[in-house]
Amino acid sequence: MKKSDITILVADDDPDYLFQTVFNLEKAGYKTMAVESQAEAESVIARFKPNLAIFDLMMESDDSGFILCYKIKRKYPDVPVILATAVSHETGLSFSIDSEQEKSWIRADRYLEKGIRPEQLDQEVMKLLKL
Amino acid sequence: MAVLKVLVIDDEPGIRSGVSRILNNFHVTYPFMDEDYTFEVTEAGTGEEGITILERDMPDILLLDNKLPGIQGVDVLEYIRKRNYDIVVAMITSYASLDVAIRATRDGAIDFIPKPFTPQELKSSIENITKQQYLKRITHKMKQEGKKIRYQFLSVLSHELKAPLNALEGYLRMMQEKQAGDRIEDYATPIERSLQRIQGMRSLIMDLLDFTKIRLERKEEKIQEVNLAEVASEAIVTVQPYAIQMDVSIHLDVRSDAVIMADPDDMEIVFNNLISNSVKYNKVGGKAEITIDSSDNEAILIFSDTGIGITKDDTENLFAEFVRIKNEKTRNISGSGLGLSIVKKVVELYHGTIKVESTPDVGTIFTIRLPKKTIAIT
Repeated sequence: MKKSDITILVADDDPDYLFQTVFNLEKAGYKTMAVESQAEAESVIARFKPNLAIFDLMMESDDSGFILCYKIKRKYPDVPVILATAVSHETGLSFSIDSEQEKSWIRADRYLEKGIRPEQLDQEVMKLLKL
Repeated sequence: MAVLKVLVIDDEPGIRSGVSRILNNFHVTYPFMDEDYTFEVTEAGTGEEGITILERDMPDILLLDNKLPGIQGVDVLEYIRKRNYDIVVAMITSYASLDVAIRATRDGAIDFIPKPFTPQELKSSIENITKQQYLKRITHKMKQEGKKIRYQFLSVLSHELKAPLNALEGYLRMMQEKQAGDRIEDYATPIERSLQRIQGMRSLIMDLLDFTKIRLERKEEKIQEVNLAEVASEAIVTVQPYAIQMDVSIHLDVRSDAVIMADPDDMEIVFNNLISNSVKYNKVGGKAEITIDSSDNEAILIFSDTGIGITKDDTENLFAEFVRIKNEKTRNISGSGLGLSIVKKVVELYHGTIKVESTPDVGTIFTIRLPKKTIAIT
C-alpha cells in the first residue's frame, strides 16, 4: 500500500498538537482526518474505517483515549492504534503497555510521549502498517 | 457477573414485555469494569404498583412512563427524590412535552427514551446509565476506603506547563527546518498560535504566584479595613476591556456598604477571578452582575452571570486545583484551572463560605459570605 492511500485518524483537544501532528503526517505523505474531541472521533469511527488512529489520552474526560482505543478495536480489530499523551511518570498516572495485565485493558498498539520527532512518528506508523 | 435491577413502570403491557425481552439478553462491558453487567427486569403497570415494588425491592434503574392511569410518572419521580433513593431514572415518553421534560430533569431523571423505541435505542440508553452507575459506585467505594481521587498538585502542574512548551517547540522546529515554506508568511498560523500559548502560560504563572502567596505568606501585618465595593469597582475596571471585547455588560449593585478586616490583595484576587470568570464563561451580549450586601456580622457577595452554566456533576469538583470543565462550550476558552481553587482558599482563610448554583445555558451564581470581624487568619 502506498502512503497516499492511507488515512490516519488523529484526535486531540490541543489544537496545536493536532495541527502539528496532521502537518507532519501529511508531510510524510499520509492522508489525515483531524478531530478535536472524543465525541467527534466516535462519530467518525461509526461511519468510517481509518487505516490507523492516533488518540490523545485526556480530552473531554481523563480517559477519553482509553475509551476510544476500546471502541475502535471493538469495531475494527485490525486497525492499529497509537495512544499519544503528555502524561508521564510525574503525574502519578504512569502507565505503559508492556505488562500483560496492562495489555489486557489498554487496547492500544503503541504508547507514545508527546513531543515525538516527526521522523520517529513516521517510523512508528510505518512499522504498525508494515510498510 | 454483576446484576442491575431494572424496574419498568408503564401501562402498556407491550412496552413492559419488550423491555424485559430486550434487557434479559443484554449485557454491558466497559474497559474499566471488572465484570460485565446484566439486567433483571421487574414490571409494574401503574405508578402506585411501582412504588410498592420499589419499596420492597429497591431497583438500580427505573424506566418510567410519564402518562400513567393513576399517579403520573413525575409524581413517582418526586416520591423518589424526596426520599433520596439512589435510583437512576430514565423517562419513557411518547410525546416529550417540554415542561414535563424540564420538570423531570429537575427532579432527577437523567435520560429520555422516546416511545416507540428500537431495541438498539433502549440498549444504548441502558448502556450509558450502567456506566454512570458503575462510576458512581467506584467513586463511592473509594471515598469509603478513604482514598482520595486527586492528582498530586505538582504532577498535574508539570503537565499543564509541558503542554504549551511542547506546542511551542513543535512550531519552532517547523520554522527551523522550514517545513512549511521559505517565507515568513508561510508561518502565520504557527506564530499566532505560539503567541497565544505564551499568553496562556503567562496567566498560569500569574495564577500560580497568587496561589503560592496565599499558601505561604503571613498576612497579619497587612490586615486593614477594606471596603469591598471599592475593590469590586477596581476589579470591574480591570476586566472591562475584556468584557467589551466579549460584549458582556457588567453591573455592580451595592445594597449596603460592606467593610471587612482583610488584606486588600486577597480581596482583589477574589473579585478579579470571579468577575473575569463571569465574563469569560458568558455568552455574547450577556450580563454579569455583582451584588454587595451585608448583615450584622457578614459581608455577602453575589456574582451572577447569564453564561453557559455548569452541570450538577461538574460543580462538585469545581473548586479543586486544575479542574477545568471540558466540553464543547468551553473548548475555546483558555484558563489555568486554578482561579476558583484560589478563590476558595482565600475565602476559607477568612473563615468564609463560597457556594455555587448553576443551570446549564442559563447562568451561574456564586455566593460568598465573609465574616466582618477579624478572626485569626490560619
